[in-house]
Amino acid sequence: MDFVQNFPFFSIILSMFSGIISSVLPARAAKWVNTCLIVTVGAMSACLLGYLTKTGEPFVYWMGHFPAPWGNEIRAGTLEAGMALFFCIIMLLSMLGGEKKLLGEVEYSKHNLYYILVDLLLSSLLALVYTNDLFTAYVFVEINTIAACGLIMIRQNGRTIEAAVRYMIMSLLGSGLFLLGLCTLYDLTGHLLMSNIKESVAELIAQGTYTVPLMTTIGLISAGLAIKSALFPFHTWLPDAYGYSTVSSAAMLSSLVSKGYIFLLIKIFYRVIGFDIIRESKVIHVLFVFGLMGMVFGSVSAIRENDIRRMIAFSSVAQIGYIYMGFGLGTQAGIAASVYHILSHAATKSLLFVSAIGLTDVSGGSRKFIDLTGAGYRNKLAGVAFTVGSLSMVGVPMFSGFVSKLLFMEASFGHSIKMFPALIVLALSTILNAIYFMKTVIRIYVPEKRPDFETITVRDEKLYAATLVCFIVLNVALGMFSLPIQNWIRTGLSMFG
Amino acid sequence: MLGPNLFTNYGEAVAIILFGIGFSNLLLQKNLIKKIIGLNIMDTAVYLYLAEKGYIAGRAAPIVTNGVQDAAAYINPVPSGLVLTGIVVSVSVTAIMLSLTMRLYRRYHTLDLDEISLRLKKEGL
Amino acid sequence: MKRKNNAFFRWFYGEKDPYLGKVEMRPQPKYENKPSDLREAFRDSMMRDRIYDAEDNATLKIFQKLYRIAAVLFCLILIGILLVNVSWLPRYGQASNPVNNEVSARYIESGLQETGAVNIVTGMILDYRAFDTFGESNVLFIATVTVLILMRLDKEKKAPAKKGVPVYTKPADELTVAQAHDRIYEPKNDVILQMVAGFLVPIIIIFGIYVILNGHLSPGGGFSGGAVIGAGLILYLNAFGFEKTERFFTEKTYKWVCFFALTFYCLAKSYSFFTGANHLESGIPLGTPGAILSSGLILPLNICVGLVVACTMYTFYALFRKGGF
Repeated sequence: MDFVQNFPFFSIILSMFSGIISSVLPARAAKWVNTCLIVTVGAMSACLLGYLTKTGEPFVYWMGHFPAPWGNEIRAGTLEAGMALFFCIIMLLSMLGGEKKLLGEVEYSKHNLYYILVDLLLSSLLALVYTNDLFTAYVFVEINTIAACGLIMIRQNGRTIEAAVRYMIMSLLGSGLFLLGLCTLYDLTGHLLMSNIKESVAELIAQGTYTVPLMTTIGLISAGLAIKSALFPFHTWLPDAYGYSTVSSAAMLSSLVSKGYIFLLIKIFYRVIGFDIIRESKVIHVLFVFGLMGMVFGSVSAIRENDIRRMIAFSSVAQIGYIYMGFGLGTQAGIAASVYHILSHAATKSLLFVSAIGLTDVSGGSRKFIDLTGAGYRNKLAGVAFTVGSLSMVGVPMFSGFVSKLLFMEASFGHSIKMFPALIVLALSTILNAIYFMKTVIRIYVPEKRPDFETITVRDEKLYAATLVCFIVLNVALGMFSLPIQNWIRTGLSMFG
Repeated sequence: MLGPNLFTNYGEAVAIILFGIGFSNLLLQKNLIKKIIGLNIMDTAVYLYLAEKGYIAGRAAPIVTNGVQDAAAYINPVPSGLVLTGIVVSVSVTAIMLSLTMRLYRRYHTLDLDEISLRLKKEGL
Repeated sequence: MKRKNNAFFRWFYGEKDPYLGKVEMRPQPKYENKPSDLREAFRDSMMRDRIYDAEDNATLKIFQKLYRIAAVLFCLILIGILLVNVSWLPRYGQASNPVNNEVSARYIESGLQETGAVNIVTGMILDYRAFDTFGESNVLFIATVTVLILMRLDKEKKAPAKKGVPVYTKPADELTVAQAHDRIYEPKNDVILQMVAGFLVPIIIIFGIYVILNGHLSPGGGFSGGAVIGAGLILYLNAFGFEKTERFFTEKTYKWVCFFALTFYCLAKSYSFFTGANHLESGIPLGTPGAILSSGLILPLNICVGLVVACTMYTFYALFRKGGF
């Protein structure tokens, strides 16, 4: 066994261990531990990605001395390793971009607790990405939820605490459904490991026994994870949570936490139930419909919003709708488009949150559109970054959002019933996106002098500026060099099977 | 439509009904403490459901007694282990919910979530 | 529909809390927000007319009614679907169910030899499926972190000053207020409670230690034993007050005990995962099954979990009560 194969295990255990150490460290040290951790895990994931691309074979890794159906296992393929790398990049950039705000919004004696939350969030994301065991997935889903709750309410005002309560209630409903589905699946198959469950499920389908409970289980698990990742009718907690928490939290929540659940759902579709069975089930039609509704209603709510952070938050609802619409198409291409959209949305949304902070800072801290007038001149780089993010969200060529929209269109072509609704709603949603993002971009570039507000140049905030540049580069790279990424997603998905 | 085993699986059926009760409490109650109680009912129902899975009629608890190590002597140990893990999760979640509730109560002197939202809107934060 | 207006129904509909003002140890100040100027007061009243006045707000009323009906329907449909689901599940209590396959058979038949634990469940969760259990203790850890963020009242601690960076300032001095309240309203010198606690606390704590140490031999283990010890500590605190408990349990104690226990847990399990995955011998003796000092890592891990859980339970209580130790 090659030493590289230990890396998934190392990255998970290292992030948990950093969380534990940070509990006794002062804030500064905890920050350094956190930064080093993210960089190390990212480097390890990159090595692993290289190794896996070379060998082309996924591997399983025993967590303990016992083989497959008895002990826990983790599993790594190219898609997993690449996702881990991508999550690390986004997390690092979000933490750096929001570092300055953290000082102003969070009590200093609680900073090390914040870094513990981030470390454990990373560990749970990695575990969700790598795990090969459903019950491990449940435990880490809970860690993810609690960490997200902590991230929301670390900036303690009434809004965030109320948002955290609403978030917890929704999430716990989701967890309850997920756990119930998991128990039923265990009851039918007698296994908790993904590969073993898949074999048993295939047998059950071949024999034609227990079809009703099997379909209910698929429904329960999909519903649980959809509720947790804020699919349209369950999104009520989202605008307050993203809109009022501190900026790195908002960036991480929108780009990582919900994506972790979605990735787990993809994994369950492919590795637990089997994609052929999912395609036959009715669940994906429900996901399709809710996805479409989310795409429209999320954008409509965003148009009506008068607060830039909440507008970006509502846009997340629409983007999650895109991803679930991709699932709902029920084709390999649809899932591939969804995975691409996970990447592009994560990169863009965190960019938007981080750059919006730069704009509100030069508008006297106000987030209302009326005060943002001309903010693009007062903080030039943040203005450019926000424009890039907006163009990417709308789907202008050269940026990442364009490619994912193209992939969604390609995936929906040739689909007998779902083609027209998908295409119409995609077009409608693009127009709506354009309305509210272009409104904002025009607003921040209206040449109006506001002498009462300060001006911030790149030289004032070097770290922040560097973060924004990295984000812009990431977005353009995702948009320009999409072919290798699409290939990577396709081979990764085929490794799942 | 309805399968053959509804009344044989009465334990699971009761667990499901309890789950529904907890679920509706979580959705319908305005009082946060009552919501948390609903949440706990829901979790407990899932553990009952899980525990039912492990039971085999006429067998002993999975602790090796008198050196008997026959699979036919004990019930299935896996669900018991899962319930143990689940209980810890629900304790943690309950603690968090209670502390969130305490913070909100200290600030707004009410436990009604809708009332709190209205006061928040009034504060115009 | 005309509904009865007695105390029970009013409580049932959430209109009146019969305990309000009777069980609280300290009088609750009324919520008030002071409009600072005339314009704000005007905006306030406008706002109230629009959203706050729930009685006359027809849309809000309709929305609430719809929400309730939708929620009830949703729950009923969910229960219905799940009951249909239950009716198709394998029969209850049969040995031939799919659950009872080779997985549970191996846990039972060779669990004693492979893990050294007489209690098969303990052997399963701390050896076969130890990664889940490690995740579970991390859930408890992160929950404590979250509760600490919410409830801990810190003394003002200055952040290192940076140019042009606004530093968080606390809105009000909550710490002194909470401590003062705790001093005033803390029940003191309750002789009956102190006598009973004097008898019970040692017994409870010894029982907790017994449960932890015998986790691999009999029902119990780190979590249950730790919860028992935590309950004993909370009883002691209630009888004798913070002054007595501060002598042996402060925030530092909590921090370091948790740190060492979790670090040991993490390192021990990493070692065992690493050797297991690389097919190396772990070299940890399993001992004679049935003895206290047996079953390899399970006993130390149980002790660690027990310590963490006991400290966590006590910490939750102390934080809920006055926001510190």
